[in-house]
Amino acid sequence: MKTESRLEKMLNAGHFAVTAECGPSKGSDVDALREKGSYLLDRVDAVNVTDNQTAIVRMSSVAASAILKTMGHEPILQMVTRDRNRIALQSDLFGAYALGLRNVLCLTGDHQCFGNQKEAVGVFDLDSMQLIRTVRDMRDESKIIGGEDIQVAPKMFIGAAANPFADPVGWRVVRLAKKIDAGADFIQTQCIFNIDRFRTYMRQADDMGLTDKVYILAGITPIKSAGMARYMATKVAGMDVPKELIDRVAGVPSDKQAAEGIKIAVETIQQVREIKGVAGIHLMAIEWEHKVPEILEAAGLGTRPRV
Amino acid sequence: MIVAELKEIPEIRKMIDRYQSVLVVGCDSCVAECAVGGRRETALLAAAIRLSYAKENKSRIITEACLDRQCVDDFIEGVASQVPEHDAILSLGCGAGVQALARVYTDKPIIPALDTLFIGETEMRGVWQENCLGCGQCKLGYFGAVCPVTRCSKKLMNGPCGGSKDGRCEVHPDIPCGWDMILKRLEALGEIDRLREYVPPVDWSTSHSGGPRRVVREDQKP
Repeated sequence: MKTESRLEKMLNAGHFAVTAECGPSKGSDVDALREKGSYLLDRVDAVNVTDNQTAIVRMSSVAASAILKTMGHEPILQMVTRDRNRIALQSDLFGAYALGLRNVLCLTGDHQCFGNQKEAVGVFDLDSMQLIRTVRDMRDESKIIGGEDIQVAPKMFIGAAANPFADPVGWRVVRLAKKIDAGADFIQTQCIFNIDRFRTYMRQADDMGLTDKVYILAGITPIKSAGMARYMATKVAGMDVPKELIDRVAGVPSDKQAAEGIKIAVETIQQVREIKGVAGIHLMAIEWEHKVPEILEAAGLGTRPRV
Repeated sequence: MIVAELKEIPEIRKMIDRYQSVLVVGCDSCVAECAVGGRRETALLAAAIRLSYAKENKSRIITEACLDRQCVDDFIEGVASQVPEHDAILSLGCGAGVQALARVYTDKPIIPALDTLFIGETEMRGVWQENCLGCGQCKLGYFGAVCPVTRCSKKLMNGPCGGSKDGRCEVHPDIPCGWDMILKRLEALGEIDRLREYVPPVDWSTSHSGGPRRVVREDQKP
């Protein structure tokens, strides 16, 4: 074990892990955050706390993670390099660890043009790969960027994102290998709607021996409506939503589309569980956290093992 | 070269309305190449400004002149005789030209007529592309002569990000993905192995992050 992370303990014990996303409030509403968190408590092994997702200003992920921790959650602190330079990122890592956080997901982040602060400067002092390496060097070498020693180094379980559906396709697994080399312990993938493409990606990863080096959690997003499916297919960066899937949701009456979306999510979970190298799932039920228990029950993942 | 765009006449008017006489000074270098500040464009802008005042029955003296280069003292002196007769100078130089004029003609207000955009190339007639941010540590040799700092919207050094689709950037479908270009070019050159190596954080101290930069070379001084 590299860290005191409960998620690491869980994965290390060979359990199929379940993580879910919990987006902080747009504002300082602690009750709203706690309410979202309450749907996920004891239902998932860890919660991802997003960092100004899609470049929309929200409560800081460090603060929201600390609040969720007081509820008994195991937070995965998401950190993007879009908004903070290496001074702020390293400082926040110190602070996050001091607050008891033990998992971090290192991301570059969506470009600021997607959010509600389009005129902001994009910092991008580091990229996600360099952030992964920075967190690893803190943990394993007790050093910050530049090589200075630190006392009481943050020892984080290090996560990274992977998008099996982005282009150029041939490069995707190579990039995964680079992230593992840089220090990633676990991977959470982009939402999987194209299961065939995901299978191919996992086979490539397995052939390169990567599935032995890293825990891969398959990204699952339940579709709420045909409109949402179409939106994700055309407007969201890096998504692959096949036409058959959109047609399937659109093919049922609008009041039944949410149930169909959940059915698809459950089927996807069952399919990814069969794929070699998948160590768990990461459920991104966007503004739909209260549906997470229902989805997990239906997928046979209703009870979480104690570690 | 430096690529720029002409400001709208109302914005220029807002800055020059307070002056009775304005010397409009073009620059026949970079901004001539990008068809915005050379001799021809200087004459056009001066005429447009004259017309806009005439329409309002306002009398102004608008004189035009053009320098071969607005960022070099020897050339800047070319308008020295005309400057005292005017209240202000409207420059069609880039930001460097505007500030060079201000350094030489200390008692004159210098007003920019252009928005300076970037260091780039003329890709074809009417198309200019940004491809250098002047970071001060050129690494093009490792990236198939496609700059990740400039051509990737997120300055990724270990890219591409998850937003690359069909060779296009997530920021806008008109923007080619810089990393797609890097990969294709290195593949064609048989040098894709260069990208397997981890690229450490960039040293931005040689870029503008280190403050305004200045090159001093004793061997070049008079």
